[in-house]
Formats: sequence, structure tokens, C-alpha cells
Amino acid sequence: MAPLTRRTLLAAAPAGAAAGVLAACRPASPAADAPPLDWPGVERAARGQTVRWSAWAGDQKINAFIEWVGQEVSAAHGIRLEHLKTDDPSSGVTRLRADKTAGRSDGGAIDLLWINGENFAAARAQNLLYGPFAERLPNFRFVDRIGKPSTVRDFTLPTDGYESPWGMAQITFFHDAARLPAPPRSVPALLDWAKTRRGRFTYPAPGDFVGVSFLKQVLSELIADRAVLAAPVEPARFAAQTAPLWAYLDALHPHLWRSGRAFPPDYPGLMRLLEDTEVDLAFAFNPAEAATAVAAGRLPTTTRAFTFEGGTIANTHFVAIPFNATAKAAAMVVANVLLSPRAQARKADPAIWGDPTVLALDSLAPAERAAFDTLAANAALPSAGDLARTLPEPHPTWHIALGQAWRARYAA
Amino acid sequence: MTTAATGLMLSNVKIAVDGLRLLDGFSCAIAPGETLTLMGPSGVGKSSLLAYVAGALPETFVAEGVVSLDGRRIDHLPIEARRVGVLYQDDLLFAHMSVGENLAFATPAGLSRVERQARVRRALDLAELSGFERRDPATLSGGQKARVALMRALLAEPKALLLDEPFSKLDPELRARTRAFTFAQIAERSIPTLLVTHDPADAPGAILPFP
Amino acid sequence: MTPPRPTSWTLAGLALPAVIGLPLAAGLAGVVAPAFGVHPGLGATRPTFDVLAGLLTDPSFGRALALSVMSGLGASLLAVAAAFGFCALAAPTRWFARVRPALAAGLALPHASFAVGLAFLVAPSGFIARAVSPELTGWREPPDFLLVGDPWAVSLLAALALKETLFLILMITAALGQFPAESLLRTARSLGYRPLRGWLMAVAPQAYRRVRLPVYAVIASSLGSVDLALVLGPSSPPPLAPLLLRWFTDFDPLLQQRAAAGALVLLAATLLAILAWRLGERGIAAFARVRLLDGDRGGGALDRAVGAGAGGIVGLSLAVSTGALIVLALWSVAAAWPWPEALPRGWTLAQWGAAWPTILRLAGDTLLVAALSTAVALALAIAALEARPPRPDAAIDAVVLTPLLLPQAGFLFGVQVMWSALRWDGAIAAVVCTHLLFVGPYVYLALRDPFHALDPRLARSARSLGKSRLVTLLQVKLPLLLRPLLTATAIGLTVSVTLYLPTIIAGAGRVTTLATETIALSAGGDRRLLGVVAITLAALPFAALRLALGLGAWAARRRRGLAA
Repeated sequence: MAPLTRRTLLAAAPAGAAAGVLAACRPASPAADAPPLDWPGVERAARGQTVRWSAWAGDQKINAFIEWVGQEVSAAHGIRLEHLKTDDPSSGVTRLRADKTAGRSDGGAIDLLWINGENFAAARAQNLLYGPFAERLPNFRFVDRIGKPSTVRDFTLPTDGYESPWGMAQITFFHDAARLPAPPRSVPALLDWAKTRRGRFTYPAPGDFVGVSFLKQVLSELIADRAVLAAPVEPARFAAQTAPLWAYLDALHPHLWRSGRAFPPDYPGLMRLLEDTEVDLAFAFNPAEAATAVAAGRLPTTTRAFTFEGGTIANTHFVAIPFNATAKAAAMVVANVLLSPRAQARKADPAIWGDPTVLALDSLAPAERAAFDTLAANAALPSAGDLARTLPEPHPTWHIALGQAWRARYAA
Repeated sequence: MTTAATGLMLSNVKIAVDGLRLLDGFSCAIAPGETLTLMGPSGVGKSSLLAYVAGALPETFVAEGVVSLDGRRIDHLPIEARRVGVLYQDDLLFAHMSVGENLAFATPAGLSRVERQARVRRALDLAELSGFERRDPATLSGGQKARVALMRALLAEPKALLLDEPFSKLDPELRARTRAFTFAQIAERSIPTLLVTHDPADAPGAILPFP
Repeated sequence: MTPPRPTSWTLAGLALPAVIGLPLAAGLAGVVAPAFGVHPGLGATRPTFDVLAGLLTDPSFGRALALSVMSGLGASLLAVAAAFGFCALAAPTRWFARVRPALAAGLALPHASFAVGLAFLVAPSGFIARAVSPELTGWREPPDFLLVGDPWAVSLLAALALKETLFLILMITAALGQFPAESLLRTARSLGYRPLRGWLMAVAPQAYRRVRLPVYAVIASSLGSVDLALVLGPSSPPPLAPLLLRWFTDFDPLLQQRAAAGALVLLAATLLAILAWRLGERGIAAFARVRLLDGDRGGGALDRAVGAGAGGIVGLSLAVSTGALIVLALWSVAAAWPWPEALPRGWTLAQWGAAWPTILRLAGDTLLVAALSTAVALALAIAALEARPPRPDAAIDAVVLTPLLLPQAGFLFGVQVMWSALRWDGAIAAVVCTHLLFVGPYVYLALRDPFHALDPRLARSARSLGKSRLVTLLQVKLPLLLRPLLTATAIGLTVSVTLYLPTIIAGAGRVTTLATETIALSAGGDRRLLGVVAITLAALPFAALRLALGLGAWAARRRRGLAA
């Protein structure tokens, strides 16, 4: 795939040895860079700090939004925001693990980390995150913890305040109604349709987050007992439980784009295939993905969005602060700005990014809510009804196991 | 003895470079087995004339005039079609080939392997280099290299030979022996030869002061 | 200034081998140790074969390795054959000199721009298909051909071959100046050989000896190709080098170790491929010995096929490079451009306007890294060449040139471990030092022969006039070598601007350049922005080359006796 940035910390081994020696020479002071306990104190401490935010950079819309956040925090809080562009959401965790083994417990190179799901699970399991901090953010009280439970349970795991939500995501399908008036609306219907329209559908190669999410969607619809997805994978039963998924993919692949012998590397690649009319159906985690492309003239105005009848996988994405972050106070301020109604409304605007808000709109002041209301109804956005049908994310272990199993079957 | 149809004939050859006229209507006739020697100071166009006859005149030169070999006009032919052998003061042996391969390279197409090897061996015998087939040319002495270069040129069965100061890099004693060997071979094959030199002793026959 | 003592010259001369050799050694150690499960930092000091065993059982590994070897060796073979065939066809003619600037310009087109432009051209929804659809083809929607990213990496092989052919032709051209190639060809022709056959038999073998290093560099870089492979190669699985990159960034430590083991295998595969090539050279030489004894003067069907094939490949390479630039330029100013329209519906500079701050920042970082690495490389290469005896020093050559003979993915991961241990990761300095591993050898190569060809009596007479060694170097030798210095500068800048993997690895996301951004945008996202970035990337080396040529020509007009 197309990496914007590869953090490459092999093995920590020689690095570990060397850095360990360095670390031993300086006094360990874990409390020295801990942010103050009161919020005004946090804001004061944050002023003048630089926040290095490790965030996936494969989408220009998102990069532009991050740049805007940088301008906001610079103007309002005197914080310099630096976007550490990564091509792979897991690379930040890779980096932190290397720091941990190298004994680099302060002066870390990352202050804020875009994270969710299996990466959060891995980071928590190895104590790579600072916290809890989320409940200390003043804007956290607006978060819709009841209506959007994934804001506090990430891939079934409680967040415990070690990450702060900043956006919602749900698998959403897109098509040009002029070319495909009646798209399939379930996993079985997708296969039937693919058989009649050979080569007109594909999905990002798993390994990619959205690609694995497609596998989870298929498995969620086909598995005999959906409840097992909420628990960690049991290796002994994995093959039997996932058999319907592989049978489905074996049947589907011959009818895919390039007969299933090549896959787009990620969802922007898949959206480009839709743009070029190489496929008739595409999907992404951002429900507004097509709306922004229509606004930019890349997709026709007859583009429509929908979710499956039985619902589609939905989740929340978060920011976390590394255990060895240098600018923890400023990172908290940035996380709080991300939760502000102003930033959330801007982010939800399809002309900007179209990432749905994590806030409960009825908890906002009327003036703040108005910013969301002005987001015009858009024909290329899914209906509220479509967005209401959600499926939960499986336990993080499924993400890893499904990705590996797919690679063994189809990328060997 | 000779007729107009045999041997190497040059008529009215004109050569100019950068607007400077080097030759203005040079003519001569060389019968088979005969050697015409051109002698004169440097830079008067002797080498240019040889290059014109050989077909190797650089593009910066402007030249005209008829060159015919055994009655066939060759001045419009590419080098490889002229059948004019050339020897320079540098031996120009191919460094990546053995002595034997350098010679075999020159033998005509269509020979059997055995015949080809026989010709190479004969040539080496003539050059008093018997058994030198596998030697690296770089290990040869100056006189030996010169003899291999001559035999290579002759194995291609040229109809005329051009010698551009071929002995000038050899020391005096070697020079005499190489010279004698060269002209003996030429005489034996009845090839018309054009020689350019600074040394009157090089010339076996008529010397034409040049220009 | 006091004249430097000989010892300080010796030390200065060792600076280039040191800044290349030390990271290289650290890089190899940083790959070998984890490949055998050795992690001193984690207390694991006993070597095991577990990691290698895990690599061998990985489902993607075998195929990825096969893809790398096939596309790398196949592309090298094709490129070498085409380059020599083309030189045999063109070198004896007057247009060889005229086509050289076009070849140099084609070579200056960075791999990343070339790759995305090529994909834009030939993809089933690409420019060529648009131009002829639906009128000629009847295609209402793009056909489902697997042309870009095919599972056997044929398109990758072809793209590598097209790109490397130009590089090798220019290397051969340079080699032709080092021996009397023209006289040898003339001699072969006077023996009756047609130009193409005569060149292949009398000139090519001696030219080949002099371009062996570039040929091996082509093998190593083709086997380890990352940027072209990411854009044009297969994805499931990809060839080994991009697969290693994927593993290295995975947070699963098992996969990270596996990547180290894979890097070791990639190194071994490359060295074996070069060894096999070396044996193949002997086979071809033996075959040619039999062939050339048959006295065939050429001009037959075989010669015509060689000429047509090689001419075709070079023509295609230039056409694709030009086409790639045109289609990138079109996208950069396109408004909407839906399939199957041959041209955009409208034209706009909006994306240039919107991207301008980004472009300026990217171009600024790209140029900063390129200028620093080239300046350091020039200074150290001059010191290395000045410090040592007049004959080439084999030991220094070996150290300095080694990075060119290794696949980048084979040791860069280990280099990064070192920067990280020094807490240097993501700093401009780390990127510059990593670039130096590749800029250094090329700058050194560009200067080595002109430096040695300089008449030693010139420096001697300057010294006898009472000038110190340093003053002689600065006031006599370097000014005389102005043109090679300009060429070396252009080469250094071009190499640095084009580097992808070293920038990605050492930049750690904080230093991004036009090359990394081009690859990042290549698979998805807005093609119009990609057009803007890729065109800007292509413009930089081209400008450097023009500037070097222009300054060189200006200097040559003022002083005709300068070294070429």
C-alpha cells in the first residue's frame, strides 16, 4: 500500500540496549511532566508546548482538518501542533512499545495518538498509555455515552478514560444510482448481485483496517452465534466459527474486480475505483465519504449512500496520550478542543470531512446545536434510519485473527 | 602490368574542415602489390586522406572525390563494405579477446571451424608467433602486437591496405624488422597499399611529397 | 591558514568511508541480530533459528520472494539487453549524440512520478483507454484487465526495465569515453563488420567491464524496489521489499522480527542473484567466443531484431516518460474528469492554489535535505579523492560503493534502529545522514574518474609555485574540475530528491518530501492533488540537470580547456 510514513523501529534490540544506557544516566522523574490537577492549570502548563500528534494521513480531508485544529490551538492556547503523518494506524503503538523496551519513559516523540480498537487493546495491555484523563476534559460532559456506547467501550473494551473520543464511524456503502438503481442491502444479496455483475465490486486488502472491517461485517451476518464475537477469539474454535466467512469469500472472489487477484490497498483506493467507474459499489467508514467527493466534483450528483438492512459495523475513534509523552498538558488541551462543539460541527460538515459527531446534541446550548443543524440534508449522505442500524465491533482479537487468516488464504 | 581497372585509384579528392581546405584535387593510382608513400609535415591532411579512403572521416570534415578499388567505386560505401584494411600506429587489438580470437574475428564468414583455425595458425606461423593463440594481447611486445594487427587486417582479405604511421611507435631495430615483415606480406598478396609516414626509411617504393 | 599536515588529509579522506561504512555496519547488525532472535536489550543473547523458521512458514513469504527475484532479475536482464542493443544500434550513428539529452531528461524523471504517471496512462480506466473509449473500443465502463498490479508483477518488471534501461545507456555512454571505442569500431568495420555487429563484438565487451558496477546496482535496486512496487506491483502478496516494510510497521513484535529475517533473506537473495549474474556473464562470454569465430559480419535477421527490440524499448521508455508527465500535468489542472472522457471537462488552477502552501513546504524540505546531503557528499568525496594516492583505492571504493549493491530494505531498518538509539529519529539530520548512504556513492563515482584523469603535473606545478596542498586543491584542481563537479551536484540532488524508502524510514513521519507524498497519494485520494505533487517532484531534478548543463556550457565557453 502507499505509506505516507513508516515508523520503523525494528526490534528495539540494539536501540533498547543503547537507549537503556542513556536512560540510566539521567534521573527518572515520572512526576516532573505530569500535568497539573486543575484545568486552568493544565491550560497554563500547555501554553508554549508542542504537541506531536501521530495520526493516519492517508486522506487529504483529514489532514486538512488536523491543520485547522493546529491553527485553532495555536491561536487560542499558544500550542504548536505537529502532525506526525503515518500510513498505518498501528505504527504509533509500534513506536511506544519500542520506547518501553528501550526504557525511554520520558521525552517521548509522540504526545497524542489517534487510536482505536485492536491498537488501543494492545497499548492498554502493555501500559503504553497515560491516564485516565478523558473525564478531566471539560468538553467530555457533552459526549453521548448512552446513545453512542462505543464512545466508552472500544471494540468491547472499556476505555477507562485512557482515550478520548473524537469521531464516529460506520461502514457505509456508496453507489451511483444512475448506474446501479437497486444495490444489494445484505451480505447474501451482495454475493447474488456480484454474480450478475462480474468484476464490479471489491474491498480493500485486509491488513488494511477497512478491509478487515469488511470481513467482520460478513462474519457478523453469517456466523451462527454472534455472541462469540464479543469475547476473545478461541483459537481452537476459530476455524469452525469462521467457516461460513471463508465459504462466502471463496464464492465471492471469482466475481470481484480483477477476479479477486488484486485488491485496492485502502478505502481511498476503493473510492477512486468508484470514481473511475471501475466498480459500481464502494464503502468506507465515513458516512460522508461520497458526499465530499460529490462536492469536489469527483463523483456524480446521482451518488447515494446506504447501510445494510441488518445494520453495519460502527465504532468510535479516539485520541490517547502516550505514557512517555513530553507535552501531556497540551495534548489534553488538544483532545478537549477536538471535543468542542465548534470542532465537532466543522468535522461533521461533509464539505470539510463529514465525520459524525460523538456529542449528544441535546446536551448542547441552542447556539452550538445550530451549527450542526445547518449541515444541509445531502442526497449523498445515508439517511438517519440507515445510520441507526448498527452492529457492534467484535473483540479486538478478532481483528488480528481475521486479518492473518485472510492473508494465509488469499495472499500466499 | 596494371590496367586502370585494378588497384586503388583516387581522383580529384578534396577535403576541408572548418572552412580550411586540406586537400584540393588529389589524385593517384596504386597498382596491386605497389606501395605509394605519402610524406609531409603534420596537419596537412595525410591522415584525413587515409580516413576518407577507409570511410572513417569524421562528420566535421567535408570531402568529395572518387575512390575506386579494382574498378569499383567505393567512396559512397560504408566502411565495412569497402574491403580496405587499415593499420594505425596503435595496434587496436581487442583487449577482451585472445590473440587467436582477434585473428579469428577477421577471417571471412562461411569457413568451417577447422579451416578457420588453420588460417589463424598459419597467420601466427607467418608472424613467428606460433602457439600464441591463447595469449592476452596485453602481454605482447610492441613488435608482436604490430605483427598480430597486420595479420588480422590481412586475414579479412582486404583488396587494399592503408598504413597510417604504423611503425612510428616501435624502436629503430624493431622498426626495421616489422617493416620488412609487413611489406613482404603485402607483396606476397599483391595488395595496393597507401602508406603515410614521417620516416623516409619506411618507404619501400615511390615517395610522394605531400601535399 | 596553515597548510594541513598529511595526517589531517588522511583523516579527512576517511570521512566519506566512515559516514557510509558505520551506518551500513550498524544497519546490517541491526538486521542480523534480530533475525536470529538476539535482543541484548531484552536479555535475549542466545541465537535461535525460530525467527527464520517463522519466516519460512509465513504464507506470503515464498511467493513474495519469488516475485522479487523474478521481477528484479527479469527487469535487469531486459534493461541490460536493451541498453547494449540500443548503444550498438545508435553509437555508430550521428544521432547518438543528439538523443543523449532526451535520455538524460528521461532518467531525471523520478521513479515515483514515473510510476504514478505510468499507472494513469495504462490502467484500464487510464488515459489511453479514455482516449479511445467508447468510440473505438465500445467500452462503456473500464474493462476488467489486471494490467497494473498483476499478480505476477509483469507490469512492475516492465516499468523497472523501462526506467533502468535509460540509466544503463548513460552509464555505457560514460564508459565509452574511457577507451578508444570509436577506433575499435572502425577497425572492426574495416574488417568488414556491419556497425551493429561490430559494436557488439568489438566494443560492448570492453564497455560491459566498465559498467559492471552500475549493472549490479540495477540488480540490487530492482530486487529491492519499494516505490515502483507499491504503485505498480501486486498487493496480495506484494514483492518481498514492500512486504518487509509492511511487517516492520506492524505492532506485532513477531512480525517485526520476521521483517528482520526477511531483510536478511532479501540481502542473501540479492547477493546470490548478482553471483548468478556473474556466472551468466561467463556463459555469455563463452557463447560469444564460439559465435564470433564464425566470421558472420552481421546485418542478418538477428541483428535487425536486436536493433528493433532495443530501439523499441528505448523509444517506449521515452514515450512513457513523456506521456506520464503529460497526464500528470493534465490531472493537475483538471476540473472534473469522469470516465470515459478523453480530456477533463474544464480546467482550473484551484488545486495548485489550494496545495500551494503544502507544495512549498514539501519542496522546501525536499530541497533542504537534497542540498545538505549533496554538499556534505561533495566535500567528503573531494577529501577522499584528494587524500589518497593517485591510483584508485580498492578498500575505500569497496566501502563507499557497497550501499549501491545492496537492496535498501536489506539494511535501512537496522540503520533506523541506530538513529533511534541516538534519539535522532525524525530529525532532518537523520534523514540527511541516511540520504548520504546513497548520495555519497553516486557523487563519489561521478567525481572519481575525472579526478584521476586530471594531469598530475598541473597540481605539481602549482605546488612548485609555493602553494599549499589545500590552496592547490581549491584554486587549481577544483576550478579545473568545474564541469564534473556540476554534474556530480546534479546527480547528488537528483538521487536525494528521488529517494523514497530512506526518507520514509529516517523521516519518521516528521520529514516528508515530494517523493514520499507522491507515493502516499498514489493509491487513493484526489488524483488532481497527486498530479500537482508529482509534477513538482519531476520538476526538481530536471531543473538541477538543466542548471548543471547550462553552467557547465557557460564555463566551457569561457575556458575551452576545462575537463568535460
